[in-house]
Amino acid sequence: MTPLDYEYLRKLLKERSGLDLSADKQYLVESRLVPLARRWNLAGIPELVQRMKNGVEALTTEVVEAMTTNETFFFRDKIPFDHLKEAVLPALAQARASRRSLRIWCAASSTGQEPYSIAMCLKEASALFAGWRIEIVATDLSRAVLEKARAGLFSQFEVQRGLPIHLLVKYFTQQGELWQLNAEIRGMVQHRQLNLLQDISHLGTFDVIFCRNVLIYFDQDTKAGIFAKLVRMLEPDGVLALGAAESVVGITNVFKPYPDRRGLYQPNTTPVARAGAALHLLKAVASAAR
Amino acid sequence: MRTCLVVDDSSVIRKVARRILEGLDFQIMEAEDGEKALEVCKRGMPDAVLLDWNMPVMDGYEFLGNLRRMPGGDQPKVVFCTTENDVAHIARALHAGANEYIMKPFDRDIVTAKFQEVGLI
Repeated sequence: MTPLDYEYLRKLLKERSGLDLSADKQYLVESRLVPLARRWNLAGIPELVQRMKNGVEALTTEVVEAMTTNETFFFRDKIPFDHLKEAVLPALAQARASRRSLRIWCAASSTGQEPYSIAMCLKEASALFAGWRIEIVATDLSRAVLEKARAGLFSQFEVQRGLPIHLLVKYFTQQGELWQLNAEIRGMVQHRQLNLLQDISHLGTFDVIFCRNVLIYFDQDTKAGIFAKLVRMLEPDGVLALGAAESVVGITNVFKPYPDRRGLYQPNTTPVARAGAALHLLKAVASAAR
Repeated sequence: MRTCLVVDDSSVIRKVARRILEGLDFQIMEAEDGEKALEVCKRGMPDAVLLDWNMPVMDGYEFLGNLRRMPGGDQPKVVFCTTENDVAHIARALHAGANEYIMKPFDRDIVTAKFQEVGLI
């Protein structure tokens, strides 16, 4: 891969997915794109880049999808889901008692383990929400991972990474080497293709947003722009869950930490924070329009 | 340091499990069948047991029943680790008092996730 090819790919990935590749990530690009080039019967990355420059959109889409990381597992990091069960859901059950509806968004849902973990948490807490309208919206950039998520079929390795055994027995059936999540839990989740860099306001407002292990791949300005979008899509008393290695500190003040629950954040409703959010949002809109 | 008793008739599996669990800061004891594992438990209850199902002399299922009937035998967290990967075996194990269940083959991530799930990490 020539330096020019690498720069072309870096720029394109930044524009299309927000992925911020540093100058030393050629090995990562090669490891992901050489197999893709082979599938397209191309000799290597220079030929692949040339086809992209010629406007083969399907190939460009596959390149973006191949470069975005899709690692996930059930109840990843465990603690955010403990917070959800112990604090967030009981608080929302009280706060939304008259409305009797709940909207949860999983903003980088990959192959489905995270939204299905949330769905199982809600099912286990069904006594709190009997007769409620519950919506779990799962979005991802990649159509391929969404397809796998919709099928709800997982390998033995996948169901063992984080899924408590009693939930496996309760909600899955064995199909040969695979495990199929039951129709009721699958039916609780709506899967949609979505790019966080584009206008996402059509999704509406949510009571809980899980946006975990995706912002780590973005630069500071992109993160600030996405936080500004998220805060507008979250109810004033809603909750944002970030990944274990992610934080709002030093990036934005539109969110503040949720008391005593590490990794959870709430909208910061002070006038200064709201003004900051508006500014970041304008920048994000301008950047998307370029 | 927490202790874990690894019970498996395969010395290779015991070695692999030891390496993973020592990396998670456990002090490891080993036994090659259920009867020898019970002897270890009589001398002192471990914090955790990683338990194979099919073994000579006394299998894992029988060991678990005996362990849970011993004084203090309700304390160790027991994680089955077996090639028996069907729902019927899993349900039997949970009914007999297993806390978690690993289907072989396994790797470090799976062991870590399961030990985390039962509060050992």
